[in-house]
Amino acid sequence: MSIELKTTSIDPVRKTFDHIAEKIGPDKAATRYQEAIWGLQPIVNQHYRPTWQPEKQLYDASRTQILMADFDDLIDPRQYYYGTWTIQRGKQQDSQEKNFSFVESRGLLEQLDGRWTEKIHQLIIPMRHVAWGANTNNSYIAAYGFGAPITSAAAMHMMDHLGIAQYITRTGLILGNNSVHVLDDAKALWMDDPVWQPMRELVETAMVTKDWFELFVLQNLLIDGTLHPLMFEKFDVLVSQNGGAAFSMMNEFAIEWFTESSRWVDAVIKIAIEESEPNREHFNQWAAQWLPRVRSAIVPLSGLAFDDQGDRVLNEVFDGMNARLSKLGITG
Amino acid sequence: MVDKVFIAFQNNSEAQPIVDAILADNAEAVANETPGIVKIDCPGRLVVRRATVEEKMGREFDLQEIHISLISLGGNIDEDDDEFVLAWNS
Repeated sequence: MSIELKTTSIDPVRKTFDHIAEKIGPDKAATRYQEAIWGLQPIVNQHYRPTWQPEKQLYDASRTQILMADFDDLIDPRQYYYGTWTIQRGKQQDSQEKNFSFVESRGLLEQLDGRWTEKIHQLIIPMRHVAWGANTNNSYIAAYGFGAPITSAAAMHMMDHLGIAQYITRTGLILGNNSVHVLDDAKALWMDDPVWQPMRELVETAMVTKDWFELFVLQNLLIDGTLHPLMFEKFDVLVSQNGGAAFSMMNEFAIEWFTESSRWVDAVIKIAIEESEPNREHFNQWAAQWLPRVRSAIVPLSGLAFDDQGDRVLNEVFDGMNARLSKLGITG
Repeated sequence: MVDKVFIAFQNNSEAQPIVDAILADNAEAVANETPGIVKIDCPGRLVVRRATVEEKMGREFDLQEIHISLISLGGNIDEDDDEFVLAWNS
């Protein structure tokens, strides 16, 4: 007797949820990212208006001037949802921890010339307050934004900033042999030193910016997009060249994170600009309004970091920003 | 007639972006889905491009990672950091 083996292929009736199929077509397999974030935003049946803003719904698309036919279009090219994001950050955390313990156990920062440790105290350690401001601002975007793609990514961005603030704190503690005076001194610089006051004013102004997309542009594109290259690229390289390669090891996450998250920031703005001409006008106007203020807030920091080379480095950083803006189609 | 090359992956969400990238880069490639397996046939030459996979996946991708989901393939391999090419050397 012979047995004939047959295989039967059973096609699933549907490949994904109906609300996902409406966006990508019925025959395509959806990614986990798409299934994780699309259609999460509550848009109907919001019974009660918030007592603190009765002219709007609890979740309301009109908390920004940017208009989108569908806010679910503002997707993240990194395709981060909770799972992928935590796995990625977990890996980076492991690597960063190894760097810290290596630098600490071998006392690598102790060999750094006092002139450069002093500059790190003055410029990098107070950055933890900037990072905390960025954390608060992204928390605002996550709270008042519309559409899960932007709000969930903003929430992750918010935690990333908190992580950076904590890593900067670790750097400070290693530099100061675990004495918290280092952090108190940095706080005093942030509160009172004339070099930091324009930046503090800018960060605090950002905190009261009501339009969440404007805040997105100001914080995530303009402030981060110039301050991070200045501190964690230009200044980091300068310290490395002067015997501080160990300092650079401690900035590994901030450096990697900036490149990675810039892709998200650019992609979101690009999608909103391509949506309509009035949207583009808003971005042009925001860039024109905020870029000079960001620049004047960074001028004293650049001067302190690079002495007589301050203007040259500042120009390089802002040339980079202008190139980024024109690539996005923004005329600032 | 040109000989066909093929490459087969496990049909799961990790392999999905790789399959999408292959279909985007190889106009003549055809994906045949069977339970658990996606087999892609292509006449002549089939290329897996790192840049395209990275775009579909949204993260950096090392071409060696395809082995995690790779089941089988037919064709001579020519690979470097950027491309993984299948073709018959004749």
